[in-house]
Amino acid sequence: MATTTMSDFRVDPVSGLKVNRTANKLVQWNAFAAVVFLLVGGLFGLLVALTRMPSVQLLPPELFYMALTAHGLVNLAVWIIFFEMALLYFCGAHLLNNRIATPAWAWTQFWLMLVGAALVAVAVLGGKSSVMMTSYPPLQAEPHFYLGLILFAVGALIGCFVFLGTLVVAKREKTYQGSLPLVVYGGLIACIIAIFTIVSGALILIPTFAWSIGLIGHIDPMMYRVVWWAFGHSSQQINVTAHIAIWYLIAGLVFGAKPMSEKVSRFAFLLYILFLQLGSVHHLLSDPGLTSAWKVFNTSYMVYLAVLASMIHGLTVPGSIEVAQRRKGLDTGMFTWLRKAPWGNPVFSGMFLSLLGFGFIGGITGVVMSVEQINMIIHNTMYLPGHFHGTLVAGTTMAFMAVTYYLIPVVFQRKLALAGMAKLQPYVFSLGAWVFSIALMGAGTLGVQRRHADITFAGQPLAYEYPEIAKGLMDLGEIFAVIMAVGAIMFILVVLASIFTGERITEGSAPWPKVEDADVTAEKAGRKHIGAGGFEAPGTFVLALVLFVTIVLYYFINFKYLSTVWGMS
Amino acid sequence: MGTSYTAPTNPDWWREPIERTEVVWITLAFSWCVFMFGWMIAWHWIGNQNMRNEAYQTTPEKFSKHLSEQAAKYAVRKDASMPDEDVIAPPPGSDVYLAGMQWQWRPILELQKGQTYRLHMSSLDVGHGFSLQPENINFQVYPGYEQVLNLTPNKSGTFSIACGEYCGGVNAVGHHTMLGRIYVKE
Repeated sequence: MATTTMSDFRVDPVSGLKVNRTANKLVQWNAFAAVVFLLVGGLFGLLVALTRMPSVQLLPPELFYMALTAHGLVNLAVWIIFFEMALLYFCGAHLLNNRIATPAWAWTQFWLMLVGAALVAVAVLGGKSSVMMTSYPPLQAEPHFYLGLILFAVGALIGCFVFLGTLVVAKREKTYQGSLPLVVYGGLIACIIAIFTIVSGALILIPTFAWSIGLIGHIDPMMYRVVWWAFGHSSQQINVTAHIAIWYLIAGLVFGAKPMSEKVSRFAFLLYILFLQLGSVHHLLSDPGLTSAWKVFNTSYMVYLAVLASMIHGLTVPGSIEVAQRRKGLDTGMFTWLRKAPWGNPVFSGMFLSLLGFGFIGGITGVVMSVEQINMIIHNTMYLPGHFHGTLVAGTTMAFMAVTYYLIPVVFQRKLALAGMAKLQPYVFSLGAWVFSIALMGAGTLGVQRRHADITFAGQPLAYEYPEIAKGLMDLGEIFAVIMAVGAIMFILVVLASIFTGERITEGSAPWPKVEDADVTAEKAGRKHIGAGGFEAPGTFVLALVLFVTIVLYYFINFKYLSTVWGMS
Repeated sequence: MGTSYTAPTNPDWWREPIERTEVVWITLAFSWCVFMFGWMIAWHWIGNQNMRNEAYQTTPEKFSKHLSEQAAKYAVRKDASMPDEDVIAPPPGSDVYLAGMQWQWRPILELQKGQTYRLHMSSLDVGHGFSLQPENINFQVYPGYEQVLNLTPNKSGTFSIACGEYCGGVNAVGHHTMLGRIYVKE
């Protein structure tokens, strides 16, 4: 039963937010581990980038494949999932003025994930597990590679259930009234997808571990891919859901915005649970043994209903900001609300760049490349790393960085240090990520294959030479990868400087100044009708139309290109 | 009242009307979703580039047997850049066997432009990726599975096959040196 006392909490005097000390410590440790792993994975990424530059080629092939395996696992899994654990605890405890359920299990989550990550690191750095993050059999890694992944996943699964328990506690102890806040609801959706994801991972990694120690004689390579991608793809859907929840959170924190419609935003989140997982087939479109009917149904997330959900969030998040800004008096013109947004505040600029990067770079290309037929001219080319750096780096990682800038004062009770660097960081990082993604997608369209230590095929009698422009695009892209790495290092410097040397925020003083709810401001000013032409968010609608026209054009350009290649039937 | 991160102030939020911006956008977006779904299905009839999705279970031994039979029947010459390698020129309309193995695509093929071939692809060891350049046509190839595709070259010239799936290797040879070749005659 409720055994918490007031001293277990500290209260933010401005927002009234009650912060549970144990929950706060868990958020701190998970977020800190995440940032350390971002640094580690990012350095491996830098090595990969410098090797892929045709004019530099830093690492020899064996080291390159090791670095690429490490970069993929650390950045795609470890950094992101540690951060998501911090995020879930923040949603369940901080946002609901709540304590955390079963702190002992939550610490088990943390240590299991850490031990798991360490085991994988030992295996990969040992050099005998350079099987890429996908580890497709019959290529075999060392047993502790799979064991580490399993421990890491079990840790994350425990974290998910601690979060669910925390929601139960909040309901029972009545720490909030009525329905869950939209942001926490988004966190809950991410948690449900995470449970599905981790169970799928266990279903395939446990037998693969048994195979690696000789208990099972054979793992069917196709069966592995079908089940593994229910884990590999769905884990990216956790990220999408989590970073969209962060977009809504930051819109609320910075602008006092509320959703344009609770119903629409929640329904869009619900569509993710129902349909997003079908997208696992995106990775299987060029595989033998699966029928076209199965591929078409799944690759479209059943008539693109999960794409619809993302297009809805893509409108309602900036829409809610526009409505809030207009309610606060910026109700003139089309884009005054956006022009006068706080572009010097990295919490906002990072969030909005994440929204644009994810929508225009990651989102549009994702929809087009997952068409059953177009996949044939894109599958496993450099287009893929281009695409998923658009979603994972320009989208998810940028959003996680933006919310970190908000969390440092709230969770670590320190003011942001190196404020000038923080202000610049989202622009540097996004510039790097955007150009990198676009350049790699260009190179992939011209045929350059991914996961190649040497795209020049130097010294091979049957050597193929990619077009000069493709090599130029690789050089260009990897130069911007270095800029992206500089952006990541700036972020890490700001975080470390703030946590260890930032000015302390004493208990009883507020981490951030008060932001009034946009509705309250509007009511005080007697402002009722906003917008233009019968639209409350006309500027956002115009931006959405730009996205729409881009996706339609890009879709048909790709079909035009497809129609010129060799006939296949 | 309220924000995205606080509980909805109206407990009956389900009955709140949806504002026009969202209604128009959702209608437009959903129409596009339905169109894309229909177009992907329609391309199976109106397009000339579709996967056949015909596949069989096989074994490296069985598939190797096809390769050696094919070589015995259709080898026409030695390759100019690799004097040890046969060039195989199967007749139009016939079954053509191509294998991925660590670290090459074999055999080297010679096809005729405008003719259709039944291409069978499989792997003799680990997973590989068939990647025809500069056309940029890409498929997954696995040991134990034989994928069949009707292929019609519409250009003549020398085409390369790279590997699209990481398949191991060391510094000197490996995934990054895995190549094959298809010549297409007028």
